[in-house]
Amino acid sequence: MLPYSGSVSLVSSFLFPPLQFVPPPNRSDWLCVVTPSVRRVTRSSDWSKSRRFPTGLAHSPAEDSLKMAASLRCFLRSGKKAVSALGQREFHRSAPAAAQVTVRDALNQAMDEELERDERVFLLGEEVAQYDGAYKVSRGLWKKYGDKRIIDTPISEMGFAGIAVGAAMAGLRPICEFMTFNFSMQAIDQVINSAAKTCYMSAGLQAVPIVFRGPNGASAGVAAQHSQCFAAWYAHCPGLKVVSPWNSEDAKGLLKSSIRDDNPVVFLENELLYGVPFEMSEEAQSKDFTIPIGKAKVERAGSHITLVSHSRYVGHCLDAAAVLAKEGIECELKLSRSPLPVVVLQVINLRTIRPMDVESIEASVMKTNHLVTVEGGWPQFGVGAEICARIMEGSAFNYLDSPVTRVTGVDIPMPYAKILEDHSLPQIKDIIFSVKKTLNV
Amino acid sequence: MCFSQTPEKKRWQQRWFCRYCRQRRRRAAPEGQRLTEGRICAVQGLCWASLGKMLTNISNVLRACAQRNGAAAVVSARTYADFTNEATFEIKKCDTFKLDEGPATQVVMTRDEGLQYYRTMQTMRRMELKADQLYKQKIIRGFCHLYDGQEACAVGIEAAINLSDHLITAYRAHGYTYTRGGTVKKIMAELTGRRGGIAKGKGGSMHMYCKHFYGGNGIVGAQVPLGAGVALACKYQGNSELCVCLYGDGAANQGQIFETYNMAALWKLPVIFICENNGYGMGTSVERAAASTDYFKRGEFIPGVRVDGMDVLCVREASRFAADYCRSGKGPILMELQTYRYHGHSMSDPGVSYRTREEIQEVRSKSDPISMLKDRMLSNNMASVEELKEIDVEVRKEIEDAAQFATTDPEPPLEDLCNHIFHNNPPLEVRGTNPWSKLKSVS
Repeated sequence: MLPYSGSVSLVSSFLFPPLQFVPPPNRSDWLCVVTPSVRRVTRSSDWSKSRRFPTGLAHSPAEDSLKMAASLRCFLRSGKKAVSALGQREFHRSAPAAAQVTVRDALNQAMDEELERDERVFLLGEEVAQYDGAYKVSRGLWKKYGDKRIIDTPISEMGFAGIAVGAAMAGLRPICEFMTFNFSMQAIDQVINSAAKTCYMSAGLQAVPIVFRGPNGASAGVAAQHSQCFAAWYAHCPGLKVVSPWNSEDAKGLLKSSIRDDNPVVFLENELLYGVPFEMSEEAQSKDFTIPIGKAKVERAGSHITLVSHSRYVGHCLDAAAVLAKEGIECELKLSRSPLPVVVLQVINLRTIRPMDVESIEASVMKTNHLVTVEGGWPQFGVGAEICARIMEGSAFNYLDSPVTRVTGVDIPMPYAKILEDHSLPQIKDIIFSVKKTLNV
Repeated sequence: MCFSQTPEKKRWQQRWFCRYCRQRRRRAAPEGQRLTEGRICAVQGLCWASLGKMLTNISNVLRACAQRNGAAAVVSARTYADFTNEATFEIKKCDTFKLDEGPATQVVMTRDEGLQYYRTMQTMRRMELKADQLYKQKIIRGFCHLYDGQEACAVGIEAAINLSDHLITAYRAHGYTYTRGGTVKKIMAELTGRRGGIAKGKGGSMHMYCKHFYGGNGIVGAQVPLGAGVALACKYQGNSELCVCLYGDGAANQGQIFETYNMAALWKLPVIFICENNGYGMGTSVERAAASTDYFKRGEFIPGVRVDGMDVLCVREASRFAADYCRSGKGPILMELQTYRYHGHSMSDPGVSYRTREEIQEVRSKSDPISMLKDRMLSNNMASVEELKEIDVEVRKEIEDAAQFATTDPEPPLEDLCNHIFHNNPPLEVRGTNPWSKLKSVS
């Protein structure tokens, strides 16, 4: 019932005994793991029908045939039960009017719509106006709204963050952009002491409706001072809401909710995801599409182990799920019927770090009995550590069959050399290894 | 006072004893003749001295009655018609920086204004002294930074701006909370941490808020960018409001203040930066902390004025000048108010380890803002001593009542512990000190 390339299925049915048809994995670059010679050409999500590559490479027929050959090789090599029939076409699960939108464009749309909707919203930060944004996230906004609402600031984080907080206190709704959250450390006093604590200290008299946004976490080759993840730092403080979107829908819906929220919100984006296209449903493209802050989303249903992650590593978790599916730990979709015992990975996208949706995690753990957290930040006092503590303190502890495993970045400042950098962040193989250890398979 | 022809009269007439003091006197002439000392009035039977005493007693009783009834009846010989309604005063010329002309040196003050400034400054003074007392009794805890000696700054600034303008200051904020609209009762209850406090007991000394008053900020210098942000909002919204942004001589060396100067001047924000230079940043004198103690010149590209901060009229005039400058769209302006604090930096600082008692005494005797205003008003016949004394008495009573309220009002309820974390938020659960303690939080 799922589309797959006719020729390959013939081959597979010829070579192997008739098997339970398992639909193709959501992502087809599990190929990358078994055939490292095939260049990893995409990092985008599973639902993209036509993959657009961050480097701008087109999807050429040569690549397709290469992939088909590689998949045949892997079928022959594996000798195990057939995995999926490789299909060029992937399973379309979205509505017909869906579009491919990069995270950058989704953020741009969100800001554009909110600037239009409310006169009090304005954007300030370094290079946001005439430069179109350091990462081009605010492209076109200055041309549309002008100097009054899109403000270029000098390089004075503490100064302009304080100015943004003061403007919020006086009734405006600023969006304060940090070029990266590493620079927000200069202004962290204004974020915590002036923004986060004011509503409480004034017993509700003084609200601070502000959004601090910018790229967070590791980028590519930017070394130690530009690669820190601040999710744990900000999520530690009461009075703040901390949001960490993954795909375009998350980015747009959560940014709109954050701007409409009357409280200080720290919006942690990821630079490496800016150029990645994701499918956005028609509903998500509407002007009033918001995602509630504080609710996690189950990206992939499952029943044997839960993976909890946020931001970029949600993609890694889904990739890991796809690889495990290929290796025989098959992923089950709700609609299929299978007599074989399967191990199913449930992937939860946290979306909001503070307030954390522990109920979703607990519900999932009660179903799957195993939990692995995946994040890019350092392990000590991190998001994963908090999830472990909360699970232990809650009712889900009794349902755990093994201790919670944290997959985190390595506890070092980020090195520069590519090989070192790659090994200081969680890779798919690390996630797979942890899953297998947790499940004891 | 009439008496009949009784045997006493006869006896009295025989002996010539005064009815009041029972002393023997010579008989006076009958009615119509002058009563002199040593004689007794034939009609009343009273001597001269007793007559005087009786009149005094009557007037005292009348005065006491008037006061008890709350009536402002002044039992004195002088009437209000005797007072000058307004007078012109000569004030010290202000040093300017990058300005062609400074604030005026001849100012007019009306009697009403004078009385209002006097009352406000006296209230602030008494309030701070009461806070000192309560702190020593351990009824107020934590931080308590007192403002006495600097009253002229708060009153002068408020006299020059409107309540629709905005103001933000650092932690020495009790005076400004009062001038911006807070009541003494609520301020003192906040200091003692009671539910009737201006921030419901949750903020304390350094975190008091009112309409268009943004505190009360504990982090030194952090309020300056906030103030510029408020000014940005004023400019953005196109109302002709401005923001007065205060900081001390210690904070003037903070980097974020220079960042703010840059952005405020670049974007021509309607903000008045005011440096309250009281000579000491905690325990460090200005000479030991700053390479340049000309704080009004620190703006470099922002014009500045140096003002005598102990003279309320000087402060008022300079603030008016600065407000006009800002409202005309010329951008920010800097004012340095040279003032003095009598108390130490906070209640834990005696205030005499880095300066001498003689110095404090000298300022108190020569430049006290309340005394200076009082002398001005009395010498220009704008008020009487009794009138000002009455104001003192009323102020004292107000402070006593407020202190009474502040000590007897109950503390905030425990249910309030987790409230007000967020604004306009659905209720949420907050973790307590242990996993089983789940507390409720509403906005």
